[in-house]
Amino acid sequence: MSEVSPVSPLLKVRGIGKSFPGVRALNGVDLALGQSQVLGLIGENGAGKSTLMKILAGVQPPDDGEIQMDGETVSINTTREALDHGIALIHQELNLATNLSVGANVFLGRELLKGGLIDDARINEESNKYLQMVGLDLDPTTLVEDLTIGRQQMVEIAKALSIDARVLIMDEPTSSLSQAETEYLFEVIKDLRKRGVSVIYISHRLGEVKELADHVTVLRDGENAGELSREEISHDSMVRLMVGRELSQYYDHKQREPGEVVLEVKGLRTPEHPEHAIDFTLRAGEVVGVAGLVGAGRTEMLATLFGVTPALGGSIAIKGQPSEINSPLDAIRGGLALAPEDRKQQGLVIDMSVRENMSLAALRRDQKKWGFLDFAKELDITTEMIKSMRVKTPSDDQVVRYLSGGNQQKVVLGKWLTMKPTVLLLDEPTRGIDVGAKREIYGLMEELADAGVAILFVSSELEEVLGMSDRALVMHEGRLTGELNRNELSEEAVMQLATGNSESSGKAA
Amino acid sequence: MKKIQGIFLILVCVIVMTSIMSDVFWGSYNLENVLRRTALFGIISIGVAFVIITGGIDLSIGSVICLVGCGLPWLLVEQEVSVPVALLAVLGFSLAVGLIHGILVTKVKLQPFVVTLCGLLLYRGITRGFTGDQSQGFGTDFKGIRELATGEIPLFGFNFPMPCLFLVVVAVLAGVFLNKTIYGRYLLALGNNEEAAKFSGIDVDKMVILAYVICALCSGLGGLLFVLDVNSAQPVDFGNFYELYAIAAAVLGGCSLRGGSGTILGVVIGAALMQVLRNMIVLVDWIPTHIEYAIIGAVILAGVVADEMIKRAVAKKRASQG
Repeated sequence: MSEVSPVSPLLKVRGIGKSFPGVRALNGVDLALGQSQVLGLIGENGAGKSTLMKILAGVQPPDDGEIQMDGETVSINTTREALDHGIALIHQELNLATNLSVGANVFLGRELLKGGLIDDARINEESNKYLQMVGLDLDPTTLVEDLTIGRQQMVEIAKALSIDARVLIMDEPTSSLSQAETEYLFEVIKDLRKRGVSVIYISHRLGEVKELADHVTVLRDGENAGELSREEISHDSMVRLMVGRELSQYYDHKQREPGEVVLEVKGLRTPEHPEHAIDFTLRAGEVVGVAGLVGAGRTEMLATLFGVTPALGGSIAIKGQPSEINSPLDAIRGGLALAPEDRKQQGLVIDMSVRENMSLAALRRDQKKWGFLDFAKELDITTEMIKSMRVKTPSDDQVVRYLSGGNQQKVVLGKWLTMKPTVLLLDEPTRGIDVGAKREIYGLMEELADAGVAILFVSSELEEVLGMSDRALVMHEGRLTGELNRNELSEEAVMQLATGNSESSGKAA
Repeated sequence: MKKIQGIFLILVCVIVMTSIMSDVFWGSYNLENVLRRTALFGIISIGVAFVIITGGIDLSIGSVICLVGCGLPWLLVEQEVSVPVALLAVLGFSLAVGLIHGILVTKVKLQPFVVTLCGLLLYRGITRGFTGDQSQGFGTDFKGIRELATGEIPLFGFNFPMPCLFLVVVAVLAGVFLNKTIYGRYLLALGNNEEAAKFSGIDVDKMVILAYVICALCSGLGGLLFVLDVNSAQPVDFGNFYELYAIAAAVLGGCSLRGGSGTILGVVIGAALMQVLRNMIVLVDWIPTHIEYAIIGAVILAGVVADEMIKRAVAKKRASQG
């Protein structure tokens, strides 16, 4: 780990800090980027990468710190100002008006005019120039919605080039691209570098970072964790800086004797991937991780188990009882609980209080005659839950919006624990949560397993799956490609199955 | 309670201003009149508040009032139907309207604005059709049931108009339902975040349908009382714009059109504010009556702007306390 500062940096960031209610997202972060360079920016979820990028792109102003372009301090408070300084963000979810043409998108907000009216002819002619730069040979009058995601991304890059962007920030650009599209994107990035454009490349896929980056900046818990020069970049060195600790210290998973089979899924077909049937069982006190790449159908499987998108076929038995699950209410009655991936949208009523959120699922059970609320019981249960889960909140009346991510997740879990579920389904239980809270969530999972709850958790963090699972299910494109016992669990084995290589290791399901 | 302090203060201000500018405001005739109007509009405002809390809207209220208001005398006088049957028929119609709106919104997944806009056109058109666009009234008969709206309740040496009783009953029932039952909590939760409510095992569709039914029933009751009060109704304009008065009262009373918030007391105060304002415009000589809409519009706008500012200040304060 050496200090790697490009000789005369094009972009230099010093001491950037940013706080959100309850969270210090960034703390004194430095970053430097030279001309014609690709900087890999990596870190675990919640390390602060996206916040830093949003600050550079003018989406959010920093609380403190300084940004320099060409050695001069600049203030970037709006996306407009960022663009004026030549900094463009290519967002994870593309920001195109898909109902408009390619040309209209390239010049969106800077339309070329003739006599006060939009000059489509010139827009199309000009945009063609930039489309050529990214190797897109298409008619600029094509509607963006008719393009593949990969091509839409190229349009986004062309748009950035059209404003003479000198720094392109790419946030997980390959997350929804095919292999071929990814390779093409790499060619374009390398070509841009030759043209003098600099790129900040954010990705979880370390292989991609290794291939592209001239140097790497690692963030951990909102602070600089280290820098790697071109020669120092390796998978191991990156992981070491990202995690910053031994895995064994982080996860404290203990083996237990699994109990009765509590969930038996046979031939389950989800509306998303109806061509694949899913079979697995889950025992009391077992912690089972579900691994796979983004889009492998893991979230969809949980949604179907929980009745959000009812199954097209197959059977679900809970504690040996065949269960017809057509709505979340059916699932809850059967003893299932789901802490969804999208906490704010699906897990919480963000503008209601901690108490109202925690009691939401239990209201039906705890109601008095005629549907009257049992206020005393509601308060008792939630006060107890806040205490036992150590939710950091000024009171049970606090609006959930103002809690930190970790405490919000505890509220979601608390809501389900009041229901004493047989099976707890967790979708990305630690996404966007700081390290301390993560550890608490893991501890909670262990406690629940001790109490005999069967836990099925989906996670995109491989280490989490490796660290917490008694057993792991691996999915690929809607198919359950394999099942790995604790002693078969390894990063390689999971990745083989996650990329669809079902025969090479583990039992094929 | 904090939510309604602001609107209550505005109401007091408008009352004080009107008392200063007009010496007939506190006269018993005028006061009874204002109370009666407040009660009638209060009932329909409470109804629409439930729909607004779910994040929806009901534009058909005025037309439901028109159909019920013209339909009741039409049934009683022209069709010579008995009183109980006529009452059941108009309330049954309201119930059906609510159910249909709710089902179209939840099961067919149409936008509430579109569904109830069509309702607005439909029910008035239907009314004009079956009445032949002729004015409907009770004449000098049916004094008995007209007492429901025209009657008075002597209390504390003052004659309270009968609709006040209806308002109190509806408001208490609505308040208890919204704040003390699990269903009220469900409505608030789903209005805030429908998806999270669904993920918590709430039958969202059923609750939304219920909200439209409550709204339509309140409109029906309102229409009934309105026509019993004024004796005759013109299909072409009876209840015209009433949905806007109801929505405005609900919004003034703290219901966000984004859904998820609102108090019944606030809505009633909002309805009262609208009626006192209208009364002020009529009573105070130097305010030309024909600019009524402009004044009401300006007051509502000022009210919601102030509310938004206060909300932002509160949010900022809370966030900084973290």
